[in-house]
Amino acid sequence: MKLYDYVLSPSCYKARLMAALTGVKLDIRPVDFHPGAEHRGPELMALNPAGSIPILEDGDLVLTESSAMLVYLAAKAAPQWLGNDTALQAARVQQWLSFSHRLTGSLGAARLHEMLLRPGDIATLHGQGIAALRELEAGLVEQHIRGQRFLASDRPTIADVACFPYVALAPDGGVSLDPYPAIRLWSRAIRSLEGFIEMPGIHRLHELKPEPVLEAGEA
Amino acid sequence: MTRNAMIDEWYPVGLAGRLDTHERQTALMGEPIGVRLGADGNAKVTGSNGRALPVCIRYGHVWSSLGDPQKALFAIPEADQPGRRLVDVGVVRVRCSPLRAVENFLDIAHFPFVHTDILGAEPHTEVPNYKVEIREDEDEVWATQVKFYQPQAAKSAEGGITTEYMYRVPAPTCSILYKTCPPRPGEWDVITLFVQPLAEDLCDVWPWMALFDDETSMADLIHFQQTIFLQDRSILENQIPRLLPLDPGMEIPTRADLTSVAYRRWLKRHGYTYGAQLVAQ
Repeated sequence: MKLYDYVLSPSCYKARLMAALTGVKLDIRPVDFHPGAEHRGPELMALNPAGSIPILEDGDLVLTESSAMLVYLAAKAAPQWLGNDTALQAARVQQWLSFSHRLTGSLGAARLHEMLLRPGDIATLHGQGIAALRELEAGLVEQHIRGQRFLASDRPTIADVACFPYVALAPDGGVSLDPYPAIRLWSRAIRSLEGFIEMPGIHRLHELKPEPVLEAGEA
Repeated sequence: MTRNAMIDEWYPVGLAGRLDTHERQTALMGEPIGVRLGADGNAKVTGSNGRALPVCIRYGHVWSSLGDPQKALFAIPEADQPGRRLVDVGVVRVRCSPLRAVENFLDIAHFPFVHTDILGAEPHTEVPNYKVEIREDEDEVWATQVKFYQPQAAKSAEGGITTEYMYRVPAPTCSILYKTCPPRPGEWDVITLFVQPLAEDLCDVWPWMALFDDETSMADLIHFQQTIFLQDRSILENQIPRLLPLDPGMEIPTRADLTSVAYRRWLKRHGYTYGAQLVAQ
C-alpha cells in the first residue's frame, strides 16, 4: 500500500497512525507540500483532482479521503477498530468520523494559518475550533459516565484516530487544550496504545517508557 | 526608543525561487514590508512608506534590511561548493522571540527529549565538553568539537553514529550548523537557520541546507528538516519569558549551555536586543 504523504499533515498522520496501530506496512512516498506545492502539480492532480493529500493507493484502489483510508486499513488488518459491534456503536463511529471534518476545517486551518502562513480568518477559525473542542469534551465526559474511555466504545476505534490528530495539534494553531481535562485524558489513552507513533507537535509519553539503564562505563 | 543595532542587519524575507510579481506582504521588526519580483526581473522589497529597502539574493533567500547594512551578508563558502544539494526547506512561523529560535538551534542537550530516536536517545543524554569562543576578527560566535550520539543524524545516516558538530552565529538571527556528513567523511553538511524577526515575540523561520546526499529525494530532505524543526516549534512557543533573557540573574546555565551563554553575551555586547529581555522581571 502506497501513501502519498506529508510529514506535517495531520490527515496523512491519521493514515500512518492507523497503519502503525494495526500493524500494516505502508510504502511512503513523500510529497513536497510546503514549500513546493507538489500536491497541486500534474502528477498528483491526475491522481486526485481535489488536489489534497493524503492519497492511498492499493492496486487499482485510489483513496483520497482519510476516513475511507481508516476504514480500509481497519477492515483489512484489524476489523475490531471499525467499532461496528452494535447499531449504537456503529452510529457513534460515523457521527465522529463526520465530526472530524469540522476539526480539519477549524483547528487544521488555524494551524496552517499560524504555522505555514496560509490564508484564513484566524478569529473565526479559533471560534469554530473551540466550539468543536467543547463538543468533543462533552462527548468524552458522557463516555466516561458510561464507563467508556474512547469516543465510541471502551476500545479505540477509527473514530478516535480520525479525531485525535487535529485535536492534539490544536496548540500549533494557537488553541490551548488546557481547559479540556477529558480530552487530555483521552489523548493520553491514545498515546499509550501499543504501536502508537508520534508526529512533529505530538510528543510521545516519555513517562511510559522503561527507565533507561546506563551500562557501566557508558555515558 | 533608541535605534536598535539590529536595524542595520540583513534578514531573510522570502524564498528567491518563489518570487512572484504579486507582492507578498510580510513584516520586519514591526514594520509591514512587501516582497515582489520587479518588472526588471530583480527582487524588490518595499517598506511601509513605500521606500525601497536594500536587497540581496543569497543562499536560496531574498534578504533585506530596514536600515543601512554596513557589511555584506555573511559568507558561507561551502554554499558554492560543487556537488552539494541546496534545500529550500520553506517558512515556518513561530510565536517566539527570534533570538529564542536561534538559541534553541544552538542547544544540543534537548535532542534526546525533543528529537527522540532521531537526533538523540536516552540514555545517551550527556553533552561532552566542547569549545566556545567569540571570534574577534570575524565577530562571530563559534562552538567547535561538539560531539553527540545520534540514532539517525541525517537522512543519509544508517543507524546510530557519534556526530560531530560546529555551530556558528554570524548575525543576531542567523545560525549555521556544520555537521558530520555520513556519505563524505571529509566534508561537513551545512544546515542553517535564518530567522526573520516579525516582532519581538514573533518570527518566520527559514531553514536552509547545503548537503552532500545524492540518494535521498528532495521531498524527503525537506520532510526530515521540517520534522526536526516542528518538534522544536511547540517547545519554543511555550518558553517563558517570551523574550530571551539577557540578565544573568534569570537562569543558572550548565556547561552544556556554553554556546547559549556566549551567544547572549555577544548579543548584549552589540546591543542586539530586539526580542531580548534586558532586566529580569
